[in-house]
Amino acid sequence: MPNIIVDGQTIEAKDGANLLEVLLNEGINVPYFCWHPAMGSIGACRQCAVVGYANEDDTRGRIMMSCMTPVSEGARFSVNADNAESFRESVVENLMLNHPHDCPVCEEGGECHLQDMTVMVGHRDRQYEGLKTTYRNQYLGPFIGHEMNRCITCYRCVRYYKDYAGGDDLSAFGSRDRVFFGRAESGVLENEFAGNLIEVCPTGVFTDKTFSKHYTRKWDLQTAPTVCQSCSLGCNTYTSERYGEVRRVHNRYNHEVNGYFLCDRGRFGAGHVNSANRIPQAGIRNSDGRYDPVDLETALSAVSDLMSSSDGLIGIGSPRASLEANEALIQLVGEENYCNGMTDNECEMHQVILDVLASDLITPAMAEVEDYDAIIIVGEDITNHAPRLALSIRQSIRQRAGELAESSGIALWHDAAVRELAQAEKSPLTLLTPMADRLDDVATHSIRLAPNEIINKTIEITNAVNDATPSSAREIAQTLIEAKKPLIVSGTSLNSPNILKATTNLAIAVAQHNPETGIFLCAHESNSVGASLLGSDRSGEALLATKPNTAIVLENDIYSRFAEGALESIDHLVVLTPLDDSTASQADVVLPAGSFAEAEGTFINSEGRSQRSMVVFKPKGDIAPSYQLLTRLAGHAKQASTLRSELAARHEALQPITSIAPNEQFRIAGSKVARMTHRSSGRTAMSADISVREKRQPEDQESALAFTMEGNQQQAPAALRTYSWSPGWNSNQSIHKFQDEVGGPDRSAVDKRPLFEQTRRLTPYDISVESEFDPGQIVILQQHIFGSDPSSNEAEEIASLIPQPYVRMNSTTASSLALTHRGGAKCRDIEMMVLVDDDVAEGCLIYPSIPATTALAGVASTDFTAIEGWIAPSEAVKASLITTDGAR
Amino acid sequence: MGMILKAIWSQLVTLYRVLLHTFTPTDTVSYPEEMPYLAPRYRGRIVLTRDPGGEERCVACNLCAVACPVDCIALQKTEDEHGRWYADFFRINFSRCVMCGLCEEACPTYAIQLTPDFEMCEYDRQNMVYEKEHLLISGQGKYPGYSFYHVAGKAIKDKDKGESLNEATPIDVRSLLP
Repeated sequence: MPNIIVDGQTIEAKDGANLLEVLLNEGINVPYFCWHPAMGSIGACRQCAVVGYANEDDTRGRIMMSCMTPVSEGARFSVNADNAESFRESVVENLMLNHPHDCPVCEEGGECHLQDMTVMVGHRDRQYEGLKTTYRNQYLGPFIGHEMNRCITCYRCVRYYKDYAGGDDLSAFGSRDRVFFGRAESGVLENEFAGNLIEVCPTGVFTDKTFSKHYTRKWDLQTAPTVCQSCSLGCNTYTSERYGEVRRVHNRYNHEVNGYFLCDRGRFGAGHVNSANRIPQAGIRNSDGRYDPVDLETALSAVSDLMSSSDGLIGIGSPRASLEANEALIQLVGEENYCNGMTDNECEMHQVILDVLASDLITPAMAEVEDYDAIIIVGEDITNHAPRLALSIRQSIRQRAGELAESSGIALWHDAAVRELAQAEKSPLTLLTPMADRLDDVATHSIRLAPNEIINKTIEITNAVNDATPSSAREIAQTLIEAKKPLIVSGTSLNSPNILKATTNLAIAVAQHNPETGIFLCAHESNSVGASLLGSDRSGEALLATKPNTAIVLENDIYSRFAEGALESIDHLVVLTPLDDSTASQADVVLPAGSFAEAEGTFINSEGRSQRSMVVFKPKGDIAPSYQLLTRLAGHAKQASTLRSELAARHEALQPITSIAPNEQFRIAGSKVARMTHRSSGRTAMSADISVREKRQPEDQESALAFTMEGNQQQAPAALRTYSWSPGWNSNQSIHKFQDEVGGPDRSAVDKRPLFEQTRRLTPYDISVESEFDPGQIVILQQHIFGSDPSSNEAEEIASLIPQPYVRMNSTTASSLALTHRGGAKCRDIEMMVLVDDDVAEGCLIYPSIPATTALAGVASTDFTAIEGWIAPSEAVKASLITTDGAR
Repeated sequence: MGMILKAIWSQLVTLYRVLLHTFTPTDTVSYPEEMPYLAPRYRGRIVLTRDPGGEERCVACNLCAVACPVDCIALQKTEDEHGRWYADFFRINFSRCVMCGLCEEACPTYAIQLTPDFEMCEYDRQNMVYEKEHLLISGQGKYPGYSFYHVAGKAIKDKDKGESLNEATPIDVRSLLP
């Protein structure tokens, strides 16, 4: 730990850090633009200038860029020296030469890093009298707006998009003062992580279009810390509300999970909360089959009548609902009549995940994945099924670059130097998938296999771990054994328990050679792991086989999840759901359940981490959290924290869920944590059109957050912090004010409380492949980042990117089925485009998991027939598929 | 002794000055029969003005709302098809307004202005809530000639990129000229 002297003050610096990090760690405000904690330094913007002195006698010193300066023992610097200050001011002045005079009409205004830095350096008047450079903007898709005039050419966007996220359709174009950041031509940004440009750009070049439609300044948003519901990874988000609707989702820094970045499904998918498809009111089906809207009391007493007159009552829980809601359902119907709402197959898959999480195998957190230097992905489409993990895997292949840099004595934060040194060198990444994958560009081996062959290949690699006979499998096994930290990744997207079992067997085998071996299995839905913990011993099918006649269904679309036949015995159906779906339209009574933004809940993600999602705003009308509706049915409404402690009392393993976030009694200096900012405006006029008498702010009995601007916010623990702000730092760059070390864990983050003891030694599974796949008839459902999550599909912008139905196969399969590329195919009255793509494994037919193809469940490949003279719709295949379209 | 004389002198001067005031014209007027003179910058009823082209000046930037010490301004941004921002609704609860003028100071577009009209009494408080249609006037108010969009670099209808004050024509990104 070298000691450095800054403005006469001795500072203990972190080894290997650059000066900018050290100064920010110390709480010294140094302005910067191009440096980013996740992306390192390139010294492009010249904003973080300080004065460095050669020795004690040196009084003049020289200007140097703190982000490019390594610290060494006894080095002397000055941040406050006059020439450093005037230099920094002149840099902002120069960057602002062409900045348009449009902050009032800029979505970044009020949380703009450029505004903050301009104020910090004290620049005020534009002295240059020349003309401002202007640019024409591009259309970049439904998510991101483009306003190139505001650019300060810090290059953060292309560094993030190309270097970090692996995109290839955003670049810097032009020369001299004409540099332009955009696409070669207008069009939807293809990368699944493009939304992060909004937060990466220090000014308003890339802005959130979905937010702009109902724009609200940051200071007016009522925000709560939430957990993303779009996949099983549980990324941390801030969800914000104004005037009773969800306005935007922003990244919430969690060092161990999502870090600084989110995927586009998570960021732009929360529109379902405002959807026209929401169930706003309870409804009872009348004799002519239509719903009568009724008040909640009437509906609840109708449900009580149904329950008391029922002949066999069951409760079907959900892997999409919180632990609290599932617990309330268990308490209502009794443990013996409850199932977690998963199919046999899903239960089996998630049981494997539970086994692994409870075993002594290392199960890394998502951020830790970046540290693994050899990865094999077995039969999982990470980018579409658990998107944010793909971004971590993209960073892990840079482990090789890190090694090279270390051997050449280059610090890792020297981003441009490290990339220049590494060139195309990358850590081994092996993909075993049935079709082209978005990670192919960084993979060292991409192997296309049908699902049953994936299992066989995995078994082969597992055997090769202990068998040194040279073979292709041995080669892959060797990369894993020889790596410092090998990681084995798989997941549930191919719906095959055997793939998960084979993967686990591989991890067990590799772990015997290398104790650092990690395994990451992606679950299917936001609370799949939690729901499995509550009852993976009995699937929905098993419970339905008892032929109950009344079912209470919790936030679960059972009519698309289970086969129609399984639900035949149910005469009376009670459904709690936020969104109208195929199950709601079969119900006798529908209860309006709160969405994730309106209900508190605890969710367990793929890595076995339990996380609390808080209420963002009080829902309208009769909408209430599911757990409240269910406990009211059981007698009297219970608080979420009561349900949690009751659940923890029954389940030893779930003890930690009560302490991951403070409960409703928590206070800071006697007050709750405010959801609104201290500058929240319009309180006495917001509802004045209805009544000039100001309404009392709603009270929150359920949590330690308050629906007001009064309360402590700065000292709130990470799990309760409602927005990131610090004096002088209005943008999301203020995150570092909550870290002890820039890019490190949040100062107040609760230590990860493992749910599992992780001591049990796993014995390899027996695998029988034959039963699962019929080799000639393999039909695979492909997950789509935009299209496969029923909630986010309700967001208008996501819906516009859902691909049209298609069926993909290689040329051999196509000719055997008499189908032609870009021709039409028909199956069960659904028309779709045929894509012939030789990157698809032999004998596989792939169709997308999107709302338009739900009717295709269980088809055989021979059911697809050609349509004569079919004309493809012009936009048949949308952006999210472009790189996996064989005809590209 | 000197102190006492000084105090007496001061008293006499005061008496003289007060007496003198009985001969000056009175400042009090018999309002409402007689209207007092109010300077153009007197802070009374708030209006929203239009730019020289007759378009709404307000761009719904929310700065007035956040500057308001009594939080009596609420508005929502929306956009026309050419990208021009304007207020979807703009509401001032005058029953809370203290006529401090901070909104006018905060406004970057000269849209919100205070006028010398202070006669806003109502029997029903609800009538003190003014919506955009009540606030919007057809003129430019105290600051004629200013049009924010012709200074700011955002393109709107009939004003393309590069047509604002101090702007060069949009660059050709594909140009290779040095």
